[in-house]
Amino acid sequence: MTTTAARPSRPQERGPAGRLPWVLVLPAVIGMAFLVLPLAGLLLRAPWSTLAGRLAEPRVLEALRLSLVTATVATLACLLFGVPLAWLLARAAFPGLRVVRALVTVPLVLPPVVGGVALLLVFGRRGLAGQWLEAAFGVSLPFTTAGVVAAEAFVAMPFLVISVEGALRAADLRFEEAAATLGASRWTIFRRVTLPLVAPGVAAGTVLCWARALGEFGATITFAGNFPGRTQTMPLAVYLALETEPEAAIVLSLVLLAVSVIILAGLRDRWVSGP
Amino acid sequence: MTLQARLVVTRPRFRLDVTLEVAAGQVVALLGPNGAGKSTALRALAGLTALSEGHITLDGRPLHTLPPERRPIGMVFQDYLLFPHMSALDNVAFGPRCHGASTAEARGTAADWLRRVGLAEHVGTRPRQLSGGQAQRVALARALAVGPRLLLLDEPLAALDAHTRLEIRSRLRRHLADFDGATVLVTHDPLDAMVLADMLVVVEDGAVVQRGTPAEVARRPRTDYVARLVGLNLYRGVAAGRKVKVGETLLSVTESLEGPAFVAFAPSAVALYRTRPDGSPRNLWQARVEGVERHGDSVRVHLDGPITAFADVTPAAVADLGLPPGQRIWAAVKATETHAYPA
Repeated sequence: MTTTAARPSRPQERGPAGRLPWVLVLPAVIGMAFLVLPLAGLLLRAPWSTLAGRLAEPRVLEALRLSLVTATVATLACLLFGVPLAWLLARAAFPGLRVVRALVTVPLVLPPVVGGVALLLVFGRRGLAGQWLEAAFGVSLPFTTAGVVAAEAFVAMPFLVISVEGALRAADLRFEEAAATLGASRWTIFRRVTLPLVAPGVAAGTVLCWARALGEFGATITFAGNFPGRTQTMPLAVYLALETEPEAAIVLSLVLLAVSVIILAGLRDRWVSGP
Repeated sequence: MTLQARLVVTRPRFRLDVTLEVAAGQVVALLGPNGAGKSTALRALAGLTALSEGHITLDGRPLHTLPPERRPIGMVFQDYLLFPHMSALDNVAFGPRCHGASTAEARGTAADWLRRVGLAEHVGTRPRQLSGGQAQRVALARALAVGPRLLLLDEPLAALDAHTRLEIRSRLRRHLADFDGATVLVTHDPLDAMVLADMLVVVEDGAVVQRGTPAEVARRPRTDYVARLVGLNLYRGVAAGRKVKVGETLLSVTESLEGPAFVAFAPSAVALYRTRPDGSPRNLWQARVEGVERHGDSVRVHLDGPITAFADVTPAAVADLGLPPGQRIWAAVKATETHAYPA
């Protein structure tokens, strides 16, 4: 989008010259307005004069801090487990690989609330893994900050896995063969050749994953609840504030909008700009 | 023998089965058309393709039981496969590093190798900034920097333009002469093979069809493919004394042979006449012109008839003879210009 201005216009790539057909233009404009107007409304209704003061409120700062910390920790966990998982899906051959890949991507399409319920059933106090965690380590995830991280990671990890797996599939395997002939072990090859080659894919997946974790609402409120300072992240704070203090909700939303715009700007060259 | 191998790789509708023997310091070229299996053979030596059967022995020790990273090999790939995220120096240092050298040692070795291939000033250059010839030399340095006992080169000159190729070929020849291990080179270019190798192994359809020194192969081709490569007309027939019967045609030769035999002669040895020449005893047959094409300074005439042949004549001769396709013509070859050898 940003690069088109720099390029000379090439009308031959835009189809035959002439007037644009209104049957396409009208719905296109309506669609665009539908996407842009709410954001514009947010900016218009923002209490700009009291913005600084409201942002500095301890409740807002607390939610912001919690959101940034949990999204970052969740993203790190996704990297730690998701990159090897993506490698396995891209490189290994084992029976049931397709089923595993399908299962791994289920959280992408699953309503997050359902994800939260499922997490409760497994990691809740009476859950299969939850009982064991409680007995073995005295750890209980539900309604804790760790629970927020778990809920965010559950929802966000598929974004990272899919992005990295795609990059791994697109990478030229022969570089790995060349490394092997030079005496590199599988782990050295992964660390020094494969990973650097797919670094752009990993970076893109990490950003997507972090953005998804930051915006997580359904699974978090279901699994971790809504305790200020402990599990109340920004999206939860926005929802809660809307009932009592709409202006605060707008301020919090603006912060999240700003974060999204920054992420988009960072990814602009990769996805947003057309071919 | 340093390297002894029997490489069998079975795939659906393809079977590679070749034996190789390479002495220390010797360069063996696997020569063959595309799809003949030469690259598969090289990958099998490197351990990148599993053997279905056979064995590989290097310096008396089995190699086929080891994974690629444990084999004392260096490999130069057709498009070099330099790691794009590393400088030339780090590309070359990668191997020594994997063999346990410290970063400083590996970099020292790498700098030394880059100097030896004449790229001392390019240590910090990324592969995408290197020219084709420079990338090829970095790839060679990277393969040699691990101190391999077996050097594998897959079409090492194929990606270069004609001019660079000339220079890199002679450079490569010098480096191969300095290398004391065994070298196996894969190419489909007969000139590369002749210049670089001490021994040619011609592979067609997964099997060895001929092996010998470049001079032997060039003089005595044993398949149509090899004959085309070295630019000879080749016939298989049955010899009796100084005559070889090829199909219905009896060719006079200078060698005295019995039984199955090959007869080869150069296209330039074929003389063409509009009317039947008389006089001197020579091989003479009536042919039909299939077509003509430019071939260097001369014109190559494709002849059909009792035996198919190429004849190289001067453009002036083409003007005199008039050679439209379908034209009947007499072709003659002196016995002294032929070369016959047992099949």
